[in-house]
Amino acid sequence: MELAAKGPAAQTLEKAPAAPAWRTNLTTIAALMARAKNELVRVPGAAIPGVLAPTIFFLGLNGVFGALTQLQGFETGSYESFIVPVSMLQGAGFTGAAAGVNLARDYEQGWVDRLLVSPAPRWVLLAGNVLAASARSLIPATFVLGIAFAIGAEWPGLDGLVVCYLMVAATAAAAACWGSMLALHFKSQSAAPLMQAGTMALILFTPAYAPLALLQPWLEKVANVNPLTNVLEAARQGFVGSVTWADTWPGFVALAGLLALLGSLALREMRRTNV
Amino acid sequence: MSDLAKSARVVRALGARSIRQTFRRPQLLAPIVVFPTLLLAIQTGGAGASIELPGFPPVQSFLQFMLAGSMMQSMMLAGNSGGIAFAVEIEMGFTDRLFAAPIPRFAIVLGRLAGTAALGLFASLWFLAIGLIFGAEIEGGVPGALLAILLVTASALAVGGIGAAIALRTGSASVVQGLFPLVLVVLFLSSAFFPQELMIEPAKTIAEYNPLSFIVEGVREPIISGIDATQTLEAVAAIAGIVILGLVLSSRALKHRLRVG
Repeated sequence: MELAAKGPAAQTLEKAPAAPAWRTNLTTIAALMARAKNELVRVPGAAIPGVLAPTIFFLGLNGVFGALTQLQGFETGSYESFIVPVSMLQGAGFTGAAAGVNLARDYEQGWVDRLLVSPAPRWVLLAGNVLAASARSLIPATFVLGIAFAIGAEWPGLDGLVVCYLMVAATAAAAACWGSMLALHFKSQSAAPLMQAGTMALILFTPAYAPLALLQPWLEKVANVNPLTNVLEAARQGFVGSVTWADTWPGFVALAGLLALLGSLALREMRRTNV
Repeated sequence: MSDLAKSARVVRALGARSIRQTFRRPQLLAPIVVFPTLLLAIQTGGAGASIELPGFPPVQSFLQFMLAGSMMQSMMLAGNSGGIAFAVEIEMGFTDRLFAAPIPRFAIVLGRLAGTAALGLFASLWFLAIGLIFGAEIEGGVPGALLAILLVTASALAVGGIGAAIALRTGSASVVQGLFPLVLVVLFLSSAFFPQELMIEPAKTIAEYNPLSFIVEGVREPIISGIDATQTLEAVAAIAGIVILGLVLSSRALKHRLRVG
C-alpha cells in the first residue's frame, strides 16, 4: 500500500536488491581505470614523455657506459641486458609519478571533490588511480624492452620476463601511491618534481649502473638498505643469468612492504582531504 | 641617459626579474639543481670504477671527471627552463606589454638571457662547491676554476638564446617543455658523462662532432689537468657558433612574434 502510493521509479528502486559492496567497489575501480585509459586513447601524445624518457635513458646509458662490462666482476658482457630492467623500472616510476601529477590536476580542476562526495570508499578511489598507473606502466616497459631486443639484449626466458613485468607493474603501483600521497598533501601540480625526483632516486640508488661489488662504498651501503635493490635484482635476474626463487622472493617482499607503507600513507592523505 | 645605458638598465632589470622568478618557484629550480646533482651522485657512485678502464684519461676520481658533465647538464636545463619561463610570459601577455613599452626589443630577449646566464653561473659555482666539498681537486687552480665558470656561464647564454628563439616562435610553454628529452639526447650523445674514446657506436661518432663535446672538454680540462689553449679555443668556437645560431633564430622568431602578435 505504501509502495503503491510512491511513483514507479521509487518502487523499482526499493524493490531492486542492493548489489554487494565488493561488486560496487570493483565497478568503481574499473570505471576509474577506464577513465585513465580514455585519457590515454584521447590524448596519446600525453603518453609520449613517459615512454620517451626511459627510452632515452636506456639508449643513452648504453651508449655512454657500455664499456663498463669490461670491468672485472661484471656479471654479463651485454650492458643492454644489464641496464634494460633499470629503464623498465624507471618507466614504471615515471608512470607512477605521472599518476600523482594527474591526481593533483584533477584536484585543481575540482574532479577529486566530486569523487569525494560520492559514496565510494576512499580506498576504492585510491585503488582506481594506482591500478590504472600499474596497467599503464606496461606500455613504456614493453617499448623499452622492444628497443633493447632490437639492439641485442638477451632473451630473459619466459619466467624472467614474467617476473620482470610483475616487478614493473608493482613498482608503478608503489610510485603511484607515493605520487598520490604528495598530490593530496600539496594539492598542486607544482609538487611534480618531488614526485619524480623521489621515484628516480629510489630506482637509481641501487646497483643500476654496475653490480653491487663495483659500486663506490657509500652507494653500496645505500643500495644495500634500499628496498628497490631487491626489486631490481629480481627484475634483472633473467637478463643476466637464470631465474631463481632466492633472487625472486626478496623483490616481492620489498614491493609488498613499499605498497603497504606508501598505500597507507596515501590513504591517510585521502581520508584527510575534505571537500 | 644614453640609449646604451637605458638598454643596459632594462636588461639588468629583466635579468634580475627572471632570476628572482626561478628562485621563487621550486619547480623551475629543481631541474637545474636537483636532477643534475642526483645524477652526479648516482653516476659517480655507480660508474666510479670506470676510471680503471684502459684508455680512461688520468683523473683523481670519477667525481672530478664528472663535474664538467654535471655543469653542462645543469646549464642546458637552465636554458630550457629559461625558454619555458619566457613562453609562459608570452602566454600571459607580459611580453606584449614589454613590446608596447618604449624599450628596445632586443633588450627584452637579452634580459631573459642575462637571467639564464646567471643561472649558468650559479650552476657552475654549485658543482664546483660540491666537487671541492667531496674531495675533487681543481688541477688548473683558481684560474682554471674561473675559466670553467666563464665557459659554463657563456654556454648558458648561448643555449638560452635557442630556448628563447623557440619560445618566441611557438609562444607555447608546453612546446618548449617538450624539448626536455632532446636536452637529454644531446647530453648523452656528447662526452659529458664519459670519455668519447670509450663510448660505444654510434654514440661515439656522434659525440665526436657534437658541439657540446667541445664545450664540455673545454670546461673539463682545467679541472682534471690544467688550462689547455687548444681545448679552450675549441670550446669558445663552439659557444660562438651556438650564440650565432641563437641570434639568427631569435631575430627571426622576434620578427615573427611581432607580426603575429
